[in-house]
Amino acid sequence: MREKILTAIDKDSKISAADLAIMLGTTEEEIKTTIKQMEEEAIICGYPTLINWDKVECERVTALIEVKVTPQRGLGFDKIAERIYQFDEVKSVYLMSGGFDLTVIIEGKSMREVATFVSAKLAPMDAVLSTATHFVLKKYKEHGLPLVQTKTDERMLITF
Amino acid sequence: MRNPLSKKVVEIQPSGIRKFFDIVSEMKDAISLGVGEPDFETPWHIREEGIYSLEKGRTIYTSNAGLKELKIEISNYLKRRNDLEYDYNTEVIVTVGGSEAIDIALRAMIDAGDEVLIPQPCYVSYHPCTILAGGVPVVIELKVENDFKLTKEQLLAAITDKTKILMLAFPNNPTGAIMDYDDLAKIVDVIIEKDIMVISDEIYAELTYGKKHVSIATFPGMRERTIVINGFSKSYAMTGWRLGYAAGPAEVIEQMIKIHQFAIMCAPTNSQYAGIEALKNGDPDVEMMRDAYDKRRRFLIHALRNMGLECFEPFGAFYVFPCIKHLGMTSDEFATKLLQEEKVAVVPGTAFGDCGEGYLRISYAYSIENLKIALERIERFVTNHRK
Repeated sequence: MREKILTAIDKDSKISAADLAIMLGTTEEEIKTTIKQMEEEAIICGYPTLINWDKVECERVTALIEVKVTPQRGLGFDKIAERIYQFDEVKSVYLMSGGFDLTVIIEGKSMREVATFVSAKLAPMDAVLSTATHFVLKKYKEHGLPLVQTKTDERMLITF
Repeated sequence: MRNPLSKKVVEIQPSGIRKFFDIVSEMKDAISLGVGEPDFETPWHIREEGIYSLEKGRTIYTSNAGLKELKIEISNYLKRRNDLEYDYNTEVIVTVGGSEAIDIALRAMIDAGDEVLIPQPCYVSYHPCTILAGGVPVVIELKVENDFKLTKEQLLAAITDKTKILMLAFPNNPTGAIMDYDDLAKIVDVIIEKDIMVISDEIYAELTYGKKHVSIATFPGMRERTIVINGFSKSYAMTGWRLGYAAGPAEVIEQMIKIHQFAIMCAPTNSQYAGIEALKNGDPDVEMMRDAYDKRRRFLIHALRNMGLECFEPFGAFYVFPCIKHLGMTSDEFATKLLQEEKVAVVPGTAFGDCGEGYLRISYAYSIENLKIALERIERFVTNHRK
């Protein structure tokens, strides 16, 4: 049941417990209890909204930063990742395989703000060896959903 | 001037609900729950193979029966999903949708005067295609009290010396009924004993909920007398590609290829390449869509029952078939008024045979948001017209 609920709310967190119960053939009570449990276990960590900020009169800049770091004895990468993700500007942090260690996604009001964050906060950290900053020019798809106008239904009204 | 038309063609009745369709076609802003095709687009990896085949300049005919690689994949698929074994070389033909396969299967087997048993409500083509092939359609009226399944008694009662073919279509359009192993086991003996051929339209085979589809051709003694019809339209959301197939005994397929060769040449080449990709790598897509349909199915049945419409629980396809008899309207009246008053299009049950009177076909090939809006309007309509 957990997996069924998660798959259903993955793309639509606004769906009501009552509707979900009907669609999954169970009770509203069970849906609510299961979701509550998963929130407590931090399986469900939040319910953010997918916004296309490009359409809002409001400057926003996203940058993807490749970071090389020195792992610390006994703590590996976790400690340095935590030091980085505590900053409010940081949207996501992933530990990577391959040519660098951490992917850090930053959101700022302007390129200057992002640049300042990298040069003043991120790069000077002891464990950070190097950074490479890539600015996002346009977002096409996020969280499995295209950030474009939904298509109209072109099917004929009645077919057999 | 002499009459240019064939009597046989002219005499085929246009759909009795033609007036309804005229109104529908003029409605611009209606919400429809009337379609017989998925709302999903063909999965991208399948579309990409179609595009790639065009880029590679594969704009030529294929062999009449279809690409060898596609026929091999069809044969693998039927083994994997339905436990059916067919020799791709002699027992499989690729067609322009399941509808062509139905037509040529009938034409390959019917001699003038042969009777074809057609359980109704059913898809609209079986009856006219039988007539065009020179056969005589014999309608069996399926009953809601039997869950719209074909019973042994009904079958026996309809068989005569002239009966040649039984058209079997489960999961069923429009009722959503399925026939499981036990249901089929009851009619198999009769079919074999009376020496009848079966055309089994299994186009909705992938869309069953809770129970896996069973093909009648898997029963001992049935493989040699069954033509299995299937296709890509419903399971892979590929209606516009026009791609289907038939599998059956070589002697029948051979004759079907002959008709297909003269009437069609071959199924669209780029569709065939896309079809190979669908069968090779499309299983997860089918599962995703089946899962989405199942959620909507539960949602729709729940809502219709809540507004007091009797609704037999369908376990296949993507339709529900609620009963509106208690509202004192015919199916046609209900559908017409619903369209005029609430701008919601559904299909009157009578489009699928006279015994569909008192029922509506409502499709759930729509998003939950769409279903919700339409259901609110239907509920208002039902409340206003309840006596």
